[in-house]
Amino acid sequence: MAGKIDPMHQFLIEPLFGTQDWALAGHNVAFTNSALWMVLTLAAMWVFMLGGMKGALVPGRWQVAVEGFTGFITDMMHTNIGPKGKAFTPYVFSLFMFILIANLLGMLPLGIIGIHPFTVTSHLTVTGILAIVSFSIVLVVGFWKHGFHFFSLFVPHGTPLPMIPLIFLIELFSFMIRPFSLGLRLFVAMTAGHILLKVLAGFVINGLNAGPGIAAIVSLPSFVLMIGITLLEMLVCAIQAYVFALLTSLYLNDAINLH
Amino acid sequence: MPQIAQIVSTYASQIFWLLIVFGLIYFGIGKAMLPKVAGTVEARDRKIADDLAEAERARARADEIEAAYRARIAEARTAALKAAQNAKVASAADAEVRVKAADADLAAQAAKAEAELATAQAKALAGIEEVAVEAAQDIVARISGRTVEKAAATGAVKSVLANG
Repeated sequence: MAGKIDPMHQFLIEPLFGTQDWALAGHNVAFTNSALWMVLTLAAMWVFMLGGMKGALVPGRWQVAVEGFTGFITDMMHTNIGPKGKAFTPYVFSLFMFILIANLLGMLPLGIIGIHPFTVTSHLTVTGILAIVSFSIVLVVGFWKHGFHFFSLFVPHGTPLPMIPLIFLIELFSFMIRPFSLGLRLFVAMTAGHILLKVLAGFVINGLNAGPGIAAIVSLPSFVLMIGITLLEMLVCAIQAYVFALLTSLYLNDAINLH
Repeated sequence: MPQIAQIVSTYASQIFWLLIVFGLIYFGIGKAMLPKVAGTVEARDRKIADDLAEAERARARADEIEAAYRARIAEARTAALKAAQNAKVASAADAEVRVKAADADLAAQAAKAEAELATAQAKALAGIEEVAVEAAQDIVARISGRTVEKAAATGAVKSVLANG
């Protein structure tokens, strides 16, 4: 580093194995640090869920925590979609938990001991795929259930006849922009937060290296600010996962119940 | 920004591993574990609802039993009041009869006693005359030395008693 800390380095994808020969249909599918943290997310989620599988009538602490998460998503689906939303609860729950745990794992302060956490959700490819999957499910369900009647989604009730073509275009545009906003929101929130933390951490370290005087006026305030931003980032981790799941459930509601 | 700079060289790997991991999460956790946890919650909610309904039923039954108990108590109380009233009336009538009988008995006894008294008085009066006659004869004999006929003495005593 030598005094120069690159805040973007944390987003770098580095292949761990299979760099050369792991290929699928001509594309390299090396097991990268991104894949590793995806697998760790899966493992953490599996361990967490395993603690809630006792099925005790009077639950212990862990089971209450697991049931709190499942109940949160189940209730959200029920409120936003109704009884028909039950079929999509597994998907939205998987989405919510994957994003939440991936976000939180990326926040782990393991850099101190030399393991650099990788935030899976700070990559546009990942958030974009999740958004496209959500949007595809909305499209498939919408056309499956309503056929071409699904297009009535773009014409709100009580639109005056001459306004219909214009409203249709606007609504279609706002509908088509959904996957982009869905994917970009999570990507940008995670990336911005991590860059901010890394920049502040650079201030702290460079200030400490520059001597006690600079450390007192640069490192100390930066460190205090980092503590606050870290707490804020953890809130953002939860909020972004919630927003992604909530918007998915709202879009699914459009597809299932139209207006 | 590596997310964009590396996108061409890494998108395939990221998509591949994301689909594998997310597929495992969806089928292994979302589809397999989540319904079990939700089932547990549902079973608990149902059990609580059932228990509450059971408690409600038990309460209703307790209310019913209490109402029946109250009705029976009220019934028993009126019956007891009525019995007490009847007993009071009967005992009053009985007492009256007995008082009357006692009155009649006492009156008969009083009449009998009166009659006896009158007889005794008459007897006593007769006794006094005889004594007086004997006394008169005796007095006369002592004073005058003469003997008075009993008939004469009786006549004298009678006249004196009649006057006195």
